[in-house]
Amino acid sequence: MIGAFRIPGAGRFKQAKTARFSFDGQSYTGIEGDTLASALLANGVHLVGRSFKYHRPRGILSAGAEEPNALVEIKRDAARKTPNVRATVQELYDGLDAQSQNRWPSLSFDVSAVNDFASPLFSAGFYYKTFMWPKAAWKSLYEPKIRAAAGLGVSPDQPDPDHYSSRYAHCEVLVLGGGAAGIAAALAAAETGVRVILADEQAEFGGSLRFESGAKIDGQDGFAWAQGAVAKLAAMDNVRVLSRTTAFGYYAQNFVGLVERVSDHLKTPGHDLARERLWQVRAKRVVLASGAIERHMVFADNDRPGVMLAGAARTYLNHYGVAVGKNVGVYTANDSAYAAAIDLKKAGINVAAIVDLRDNPTGPAIDEARALGIEVNFGRAVIRAGGKLRVSSMTVQPKNGGGERTIPVDAILMSAGWTPSVHLFSQSRGKVAFNDETKRFVPGTYAQDCVSVGACNGTDGLSATIDEAYAAGAKSAKDAGAKTAKGTKPKVDASENWSRGMLGAAPGAGPDTTVKAFVDFQNDVAAKDIRQAVHEGMRSIEHVKRFTTNGMATDQGKTSNMHGLAIAAETLGKPIPEVGLTTFRAPYTPVTFGAIVSHARGPLFDPTRKTAIHPWAEAQGAVFEDVGQWKRAWYFPKAGEDMHAAVDRECVAVRKTAGLFDASTLGKIEVVGPDAAKFMELLYTNPWEKLEPGRCRYGIMLREDGFIYDDGVVGRLAPDRFHVTTTTGGAPRVMNHMEDYLQTEFPHLNVWLTSITEQWAVIAVQGPKSRDIIAPLVEGIDMSDEALPHMSVREGKICGVPTRLFRMSFTGERGFEVNVPADYGQAVWEALWAQGQKHGAAAYGTEAMHVLRAEKGYIIVGQDTDGTVTPNDAGLDWAVGKKKADFVGIRGLTRPDLVAKGRKQLVGLKTKDPKVVLEEGAQIVEDPRQAIPMKMIGHVTSSYWSENCGRSIAVALVAGGRDRMGDTLFVPMPNGAIEVEVASMVFFDETGGRLNG
Amino acid sequence: MLLIRCPYCEEERPELEFRNAGEAHIARSANMAGESDDDFEKFFFIRSNPKGIIYERWRHMHGCARFFNAVRDTVTDKFVMTYKAGEPKPSKLPKNSNEVVAK
Amino acid sequence: MAKAAARKTAPVTSPSVERRPALAGRSTTGIGVKVEVLPPAERISLRAPEASLAALSKALGVTLPKKPKTSASKGGRTALWLGPDEWLVIDEAGKDPLADCAGVSALHSAVGISHRNIAIAVTGTGAAATINAGCPQDLSPDGFPVGAASRTILGKTEIVLLRTAPDAFRVECWRSFSDYVFTFLSEGSRDAAV
Repeated sequence: MIGAFRIPGAGRFKQAKTARFSFDGQSYTGIEGDTLASALLANGVHLVGRSFKYHRPRGILSAGAEEPNALVEIKRDAARKTPNVRATVQELYDGLDAQSQNRWPSLSFDVSAVNDFASPLFSAGFYYKTFMWPKAAWKSLYEPKIRAAAGLGVSPDQPDPDHYSSRYAHCEVLVLGGGAAGIAAALAAAETGVRVILADEQAEFGGSLRFESGAKIDGQDGFAWAQGAVAKLAAMDNVRVLSRTTAFGYYAQNFVGLVERVSDHLKTPGHDLARERLWQVRAKRVVLASGAIERHMVFADNDRPGVMLAGAARTYLNHYGVAVGKNVGVYTANDSAYAAAIDLKKAGINVAAIVDLRDNPTGPAIDEARALGIEVNFGRAVIRAGGKLRVSSMTVQPKNGGGERTIPVDAILMSAGWTPSVHLFSQSRGKVAFNDETKRFVPGTYAQDCVSVGACNGTDGLSATIDEAYAAGAKSAKDAGAKTAKGTKPKVDASENWSRGMLGAAPGAGPDTTVKAFVDFQNDVAAKDIRQAVHEGMRSIEHVKRFTTNGMATDQGKTSNMHGLAIAAETLGKPIPEVGLTTFRAPYTPVTFGAIVSHARGPLFDPTRKTAIHPWAEAQGAVFEDVGQWKRAWYFPKAGEDMHAAVDRECVAVRKTAGLFDASTLGKIEVVGPDAAKFMELLYTNPWEKLEPGRCRYGIMLREDGFIYDDGVVGRLAPDRFHVTTTTGGAPRVMNHMEDYLQTEFPHLNVWLTSITEQWAVIAVQGPKSRDIIAPLVEGIDMSDEALPHMSVREGKICGVPTRLFRMSFTGERGFEVNVPADYGQAVWEALWAQGQKHGAAAYGTEAMHVLRAEKGYIIVGQDTDGTVTPNDAGLDWAVGKKKADFVGIRGLTRPDLVAKGRKQLVGLKTKDPKVVLEEGAQIVEDPRQAIPMKMIGHVTSSYWSENCGRSIAVALVAGGRDRMGDTLFVPMPNGAIEVEVASMVFFDETGGRLNG
Repeated sequence: MLLIRCPYCEEERPELEFRNAGEAHIARSANMAGESDDDFEKFFFIRSNPKGIIYERWRHMHGCARFFNAVRDTVTDKFVMTYKAGEPKPSKLPKNSNEVVAK
Repeated sequence: MAKAAARKTAPVTSPSVERRPALAGRSTTGIGVKVEVLPPAERISLRAPEASLAALSKALGVTLPKKPKTSASKGGRTALWLGPDEWLVIDEAGKDPLADCAGVSALHSAVGISHRNIAIAVTGTGAAATINAGCPQDLSPDGFPVGAASRTILGKTEIVLLRTAPDAFRVECWRSFSDYVFTFLSEGSRDAAV
């Protein structure tokens, strides 16, 4: 049994396999090809959800993506739970498990439905008005309650196990919408040979041909023609056909975002298949063929399950073979609903009556309905739907008042007309224009290279649509560069024609403010709410929208926008175009975070950069820290050691014997050319012209405002070649800064910059034994102090591989930095490590590196400086060339504020109790007894326990710091103020003798 | 994502390859050290922030790596034209409107 | 002008330590695509004004291309146009382009970057689709023909892309980004059949 409402002989899935599924725990059977909605309707199930605000029972309104009511949760397993899936879009597969939403404890008995009876409390703007006072209650009471009650569906609480893929694609012509118009446009464009992408959100192409039984093209039934045409397109090399693919956003320069639902319709998706695929398409021309969306009639209780759009009922009948009822009523203001009545009647369904709001319409549809014996009433309105969990009757009254008549029905099919789907056009920044005759907004002024065709362009009738679309497809291809066209336009043999309709509230929506005649089903906005918004002073449609929430959220006004606008216009007494249309925002339908994120998860969330020596450190059990994208060895704990013990041991080892440190992440830039020294003079504060090849200098780089931007040791390899180092974090921006000046301010200089950060692995060997460790492995470099003094650089070999060997120190000890080509980094490290073991050397990490440099008062840019520190503030005035005529920052340094007295200066701090280690970032005051807020005169920038000094050490920025040497200051903390003494930044080896020792 | 024509690569390339670098045609003085406070303020701090046509610097960071100049409309976000670094501010802008009214 | 850098003060000795290239030997396959890490190659970043190109082309044995997004290849050596005064020269024949430039007196900058970059080959009918998983450029045969070369973006990192054959690309990236790039291309290859 595949459903009591499945009509033998109807629909397009006659040979289909059955598929079992469950809804709210109840088992049903459908067929493959069904949507969840059609399968539920085949089983007579109309009640599928509860509304957002009033928790009113809701059914299935539509047969497509415009569905505002039938939002369900689809569950594959504990981690695969997708809320807010449109039952009208979700394809059925065997074993599908769906749950209704927004109800407790059950769909047919929902406690919160009391909101419906209390609805005078929940009028438009309710939240804005009610939860204003007292202010304190907002966070503690109102917000948590509202958040718990709000929202549709429940988010999954486990990581998403599916994967999502993404693709950038380019084409000449992108056709959005795969109905008759889109297919015709795609055919015309494809026949020219240019690249064409045709996308449609449905599983099958055809659009309204799914239900238009009267359409015949090229001698075939319309839907069959569509399938043949799409198959032909799919077979062409230059065409990509994407079904189940929604164009959700139209961005600048014909950049369109599409989401393809790859495996949500499959019983067993398989491991390698993405769940969804994000297409980011750049098209030279876009053809919009997005069709039209049928509007409902706005009358009292028009939301009862079983009240649905007439076109949807036709789709369920003609495509799925499902009757939406056994005794249906029809309420319409245009001809198209007649076709639904006729199709249903012919399929053996009783049509109780057609109620037509128009006074005396004429036409073949009306004649045919009458000929079939259907009761047709003109000039009448359905003023109320009866029933609660399912519609049971419709109450009819002449539209100008008079006697009521209640007709029993189990479904009401309604149509107020069709709204051109201008969402994507509007997103493209095109401006819509109101056609007063047809009462439609249609594309007016285009902002991009696109064209609208068919129903979304307000074009009525299949022949006119195909003519327009085919011509537009050919022209788009031509405009995009196509040379020849050799196709033939599809010929329309028969079609259905209808247009017009009505906008706004029908008589059944009454002036009574208690009547719930819904305009926006998803946001529970009724006609009375729009009127109330106007009465309360909202004049702009944008304000009405926000006050009532009409057309907001995922629905984006697909069915509601025009009705809401018409009611607002009527209440304001203004013509519709003067009130204007609200903005349609992307996404057209909700897009999963998975699709947006696509590959950027887990290891691909962001690059993780590792040095060549990383595997060694990992094998040694190093603990790593993140420095930008880099993983750096933080410390190397031995068995039983905590961080504190490991860092103490590493620091002591460096000063006692030696330490090895992976400095590969330091930024490195090779500056080459005859003007290299001139360029260095301009980019750094220091003088460079006289630096001898083979020597190094500590350089400071400023921004034009005079503040420190970066620092590093620079070695001159040759008159025309410098090896510049930067901070690890600063490498990319320093390179950009240097390129900027070179290309745009100093383009006359013959010099080039090349990043060599990753060319060289860098092994720092520091400590009294450093030379003893390195020397046996080095060839071609004289390692004596005379030949290789502190701050010099030589090229030669180590372990038989090329090296740039720097004699330099960031520890205050005799030290070297061994640069070797990166692929040799680990092997050279291992060789140095083996040598080091003979001398008792240790490997040390970034924490020990920080402590050791702080013991010597060496600053770290970005830690001890914060973008407001000058060289003078940092005690580095000696590094600023006083005789230089120009360098970046020279003028900034003389700004009044930068030379004023009392600037914050870097100084050392010693806690009175040497065991107390200050918190980095802690504030400093002169007098801890002053009233709060205290006057803060600085803050701690670096603070460590120094095992070598046997006490804590700290660096701080203190106002007028260098004039306070020996002064006592205080660092207020929650447990009391800590007394500190201002001291020199050099805590260890103040004379610097160990550099050569 | 915008398409930006790189005047060095001589084609339109995706915005992801580019980085904005602030307002263009703000010349650094040849006698920087001698600038008055007022002139330095104008040079370093003051930017035009117009509604409409703006002259900007961009860098084809992940392409040819060149800095270049662009004329862009801050209202429509559209690039009017791009030109190489060092070239003078264009005296006349090309007409850049592809707005067409539907028939 | 590059003489200083190329100057060798030490006698020629072979390395006593092992070269360990990043990701050595890694590869993966998807339907219609193979992603594999290529062996080490010699590389330089070459910068020069127009006037020096003839001399440098002669020294390198390959004509440096002047047209954007192109490359030139000869005898296992490929020169990729990266910018108006910038080329990436890759030598897969074991000869050192840095040494070849050292004797050129015309104005230029040659910097060795053999170890800075890693190359990954993406081959097969799904090669372009694999790269387009994260590269926003048009990789159609017309938009990016055989020989086309460009610095660009893959996901969140920078790559240099060279089309070596209708269904083959060489992807170059910096060493520390190679794990990310390889993983990204592997992910992309799972979806390349579409």
